[in-house]
Amino acid sequence: MTRRTAYVNARLLDPASGLDARGGLLVEGSKIADFGPGLFNGGVPPDVEVVDLNGQCLAPGLVDMRVSVGEPGEEHKETILTASKAAAAGGVTAMVALPNTEPVIDDVAGLEFIARRAREVKLVKVFAYAAVTQGLKGSELTEIGLLAEAGAVAFTDGIQAVADPLTMRRALSYAKTFDRLIIQHPEEPRLASGVMNAGEIATRLGLSGITAAAEVIMIERDLRLVELTGGRLHIAHVSTAMGVDVIRQAKKRGIKVTCDTAPAYFALTEMDVGDYRTFAKVSPPLRTEMDRRAIVQGLADGTIDAIASDHIPQDQDSKRVPFAQAAFGIIGLETLLPLTLELMHKGEISLMRALACLTCQPAGILGLPLGRLAKGAAADLVVFDPDRLWKIDVDAFLSKSKNSPFDGRPATGIATRTVVDGRTVFWRGM
Amino acid sequence: MTATPHIAEAQPPAFPHRHLLAIEGLSAAEITRVLDLADNYVEQNRQPNKKGDLLRGRTIVNLFFENSTRTRTSFELAAKRMGADVINMSVASSSVKKGETLIDTAMTLNAMHLDVLVVRHPESGAPKLLSEKVNCAVINAGDGQHEHPTQGLLDALTIRRRVGRLQGLTVTICGDILHSRVARSNIHLLNIMGAHVRVVAPPTLLPSAIERLGVEVHHSMKTGLADADIVMMLRLQSERMQGQYVPSIREYFHFFGLDYEKLKVAKPHALIMHPGPMNRGVEIDSEVADDINRSVILDQVELGVAVRMACLDLLTAQRRSEAAR
Repeated sequence: MTRRTAYVNARLLDPASGLDARGGLLVEGSKIADFGPGLFNGGVPPDVEVVDLNGQCLAPGLVDMRVSVGEPGEEHKETILTASKAAAAGGVTAMVALPNTEPVIDDVAGLEFIARRAREVKLVKVFAYAAVTQGLKGSELTEIGLLAEAGAVAFTDGIQAVADPLTMRRALSYAKTFDRLIIQHPEEPRLASGVMNAGEIATRLGLSGITAAAEVIMIERDLRLVELTGGRLHIAHVSTAMGVDVIRQAKKRGIKVTCDTAPAYFALTEMDVGDYRTFAKVSPPLRTEMDRRAIVQGLADGTIDAIASDHIPQDQDSKRVPFAQAAFGIIGLETLLPLTLELMHKGEISLMRALACLTCQPAGILGLPLGRLAKGAAADLVVFDPDRLWKIDVDAFLSKSKNSPFDGRPATGIATRTVVDGRTVFWRGM
Repeated sequence: MTATPHIAEAQPPAFPHRHLLAIEGLSAAEITRVLDLADNYVEQNRQPNKKGDLLRGRTIVNLFFENSTRTRTSFELAAKRMGADVINMSVASSSVKKGETLIDTAMTLNAMHLDVLVVRHPESGAPKLLSEKVNCAVINAGDGQHEHPTQGLLDALTIRRRVGRLQGLTVTICGDILHSRVARSNIHLLNIMGAHVRVVAPPTLLPSAIERLGVEVHHSMKTGLADADIVMMLRLQSERMQGQYVPSIREYFHFFGLDYEKLKVAKPHALIMHPGPMNRGVEIDSEVADDINRSVILDQVELGVAVRMACLDLLTAQRRSEAAR
């Protein structure tokens, strides 16, 4: 007989429909059977397992569109198992793996490898991007059609930009055939050879700077290419005020474009680099307070569509070196929800908007049937206590790497239960 | 002989830092303390017997990841004149090239019970990283494009001994500010001591937001040098002159090289400084560089030893007073 679980006394939150009500949700097997304010008013049937949420929030599980899973090739930094555990602990029920691996995910075998490892681990849903260009070399296109058939949810060169305008034009054009999205790391590489944001702090520290113009120039170029080709573009981790502004104007003009940002860009600034803190070295770099505010504004007004963790694990050897030699990246799976809720607690964005950026919006951008509460939909759920006070403790994180500049930061709100296809994959005590 | 700056129990130490990593963050009083002490060491260095024994039994390592004959020699001489044992380690002969990390190197050296580690490294912040891992004092002998604090101090001492003060002077720093740790240390130090600082360079050789460090920015020698008391020239490395940052040596010298013509607008007795090694005919005309009435370039070299002795003295004061107890 199909296993049935009733989540009672929940605050049901569904950003896709705007539902915010006290009620219950019934899971049958791997699907949501029913949910609503009055669902268990007549009592829960006897053969159903009951989970009393005591008023905690119940929402669609988070969909994280930007995760480096370490496999294949960098298993000393992260594996699909450890990334999945970290995801589950962070309330993430689906994540999309970046193709910047060794070897690069630029062929069907690579995609199949990720899919097989994800099946073996079987915690959260793991999707994968494929590279836009073979070997991420920036020149020849990958087999976009075959890769799309094999399950690549979109195409990106991941942590690096498709720099050549002709290659980008052709990628946008060709991917249209298969209705696939191109995701761009928005940085003109010739202007982005530095190691932190260009400005007073970089000058004081004697570090080479990356100008904000490097981002907006690439965004503007790509928007022109979208107009030219009619291709589908998503701009990853927007970090600058200029970038947000250009995307806002483009959307007003009716250009079909989406974008995301990562918590680092609304929770930190270049000041956090402090005295050469390599954990604050990230690509694109942390920007100024003015940029940070513009990112928050972009999230509030809908210019920025999604928030991704931009989870880039790095081992100690990659970070315990002089700043310029240190690798870029911050782990983010386990801080994605609390840092986003921080914006809500500060009154910058509503809870519903925050959740939309973490669930139905990224799912919608990628065309995944996830991120909403719906009858018959996969029971991918997160239970969270939005008001629980705790302190971010990287040592307690399940990610294999510990490169987080947020260690020690007070946080409000945490995932307490994560459900994937009806199965509880993570549970946290009070 | 120098009086050791002994620290009274109740009083805060005159130089309350474990390391000397940067000028930024030092106070005017602390800088003055270094310069006063260095003045004493200048006298010691001019005696026939130059050797003291303040650091007898102490071990100092000069760890140089970049070639530098003059800075290393200056530190070595400073340590030896104070009676310390000195080891010079350069990157070519160390295991760093074999893949040993900076941290491993630090831990290895730390196990040898050093008193002072003098570090030069091509990456900004490397001495700071080392200082977090070792028990000894660390002196930054130049890190990337960040700072070269003892150069800033020796330049200040040179000016103070020639002019008598730093306060109120107009100091113009010319050349490759972008890549210069010497410029950054001098900008901080001169600002802390109340001088007016100008920089002169084409915009390609200026780091962004340099004005936020408290300097007046000029792109012409004529306005930049007007009524200057001190002119500091910086070295322009040859690989940066071939069209990357400036189109050619000829063009650079024409607009930014220091010669008597350009110097006319400065104060009549304005001093000429250069941290060395000079590129004659690139950033400075040989005649100007060798003008014994104007150029204090050799003073800088002499005073460098004294300043480094003062730094070694102050940074070992705590340990020495503990050992004496």
